Amino acid sequence: MLDSRIVITGLGLTAPNGNSLSEFRQNLLAGVAKIEVLDMRYMGPVPAGVCHFEAKKYQKRKEIRNGTRAGSIGIYCSREALQNCGLDWESFDKSRAGIYFGITEHGNVETENEVFNISKYDYDTRFWSHHHNPRTVANNPAGEVSINLGVTGPHYTIGAACAAGNAGIIQGCQMLRLGEVDFAFAGGISESIQTFGIFAGFKSQGALATHEDPNKASRPFDVGRNGIVVSEGGAVYTLERLVDALARNAPILGEIAGYRINSDAGDAVLPDAVRQTECVRAALSKAGLQPGEIDIVNTHATATPQGDIQECRALREVFTDCPNTYFNNTKSYIGHAMGAAGALELAGNIPAFEDLTVHPTINVDELDEECKLPNLVVGDPVKIEKVDYILNNSFGMLGINSCLIIKRFTD
Amino acid sequence: MTNEDAQRLVLEIIAEIAPDEDLSDVKPEINLRDQLDLDSMDFLDIVMELRKKYNIEVPEEDYPHLASLDSCSKYLIPKFKSVSA
Repeated sequence: MLDSRIVITGLGLTAPNGNSLSEFRQNLLAGVAKIEVLDMRYMGPVPAGVCHFEAKKYQKRKEIRNGTRAGSIGIYCSREALQNCGLDWESFDKSRAGIYFGITEHGNVETENEVFNISKYDYDTRFWSHHHNPRTVANNPAGEVSINLGVTGPHYTIGAACAAGNAGIIQGCQMLRLGEVDFAFAGGISESIQTFGIFAGFKSQGALATHEDPNKASRPFDVGRNGIVVSEGGAVYTLERLVDALARNAPILGEIAGYRINSDAGDAVLPDAVRQTECVRAALSKAGLQPGEIDIVNTHATATPQGDIQECRALREVFTDCPNTYFNNTKSYIGHAMGAAGALELAGNIPAFEDLTVHPTINVDELDEECKLPNLVVGDPVKIEKVDYILNNSFGMLGINSCLIIKRFTD
Repeated sequence: MTNEDAQRLVLEIIAEIAPDEDLSDVKPEINLRDQLDLDSMDFLDIVMELRKKYNIEVPEEDYPHLASLDSCSKYLIPKFKSVSA
């Protein structure tokens, strides 16, 4: 019988404020946000989270040119995760590895670029690139990683709007439990800042953040919040069955304790606190935990006026009388990394298992009364007595909710 | 336009689409794929760049003419002349 205990053995990431877990964590503890102003095609200046990882570390220049930004992010994160998980990759049977990446969307970037390109040729489609299809197939970022690493097991993406980062990790966990693979690259990827359409869509929806200081534009829970800062990024975890990880003395960063994905089956864009409550409770139930056993809750809150209120309502409903549960938010530093958000925000909290510190939420100058949470960590990090369980929320459009619980590893 | 001129233009395109390649010693008579890391998509890139930069069309049945620098220049020189005429 297969070992159903699934552990995290490696982690690679790129965020606007860090290209490694240590750099990212350091900036989260020091309150260092990193949002820039991009001159967006057709729109002008917009705040955005831009990653500055070294793509050429793992790709030839031609591969970068022919591939996608999402592919480069996936390759960088996967290679970094592989490196720090300590697996002897050369001798590993690559047909037993799988790649499972959550994405919010894919293909907008290349399609917009191609339309822009042919606009310079009077919309003559002879000038439409033959690279368009391999760049825009929905499996693209996972497929580019497969080619780069020689993975001959399954690779695909999981489209789950902004719940996708958690969904990728959950998918990897499930495939290990089913015995489909022995080693999974799982997480979330986003190239969203390369497409004006996402910015313009949020703007039309009244949900795009504006602020004269880009580092203060993403302000979940603050009364002055006015929308989302779109960011790119990625976080890829290497997942293994516990028995395999122990057999090779792998580093173990945490264990998957429980999860749940559910659907609002209601409004396309407005969140639903009742379904979010159900999602969190189901994840707790799967983990066999009571709410008060969770030490850190990383909120999804994106800084939209309604979204933050709905999530806080759901969390207050679940975490009543939980004096040892602390809440924080990562988007206040890096904006909303879309398909990468769940995986990236969880990553920023993983080191808390070791340093027993809850990184704060920043940019809350005046807390919205409707966003009050007990033990919401604002401004400065908080040292706590123990961190055994981290719960990570990620919600997305069309009413998809995901909740993932990670446990500090103990034998 | 000389053979050297045509081959230089092709090499400029290859330098753009395959920036990792060392083009300092490409043998004109040897197939490009035998001396450079070029795949079928790269040849489509060459075709696209000829279209964009020089308004030259290379129909699919003529792709074999792009095999080496020598065959490129032999095939492309009349086309360069006709588009500049």
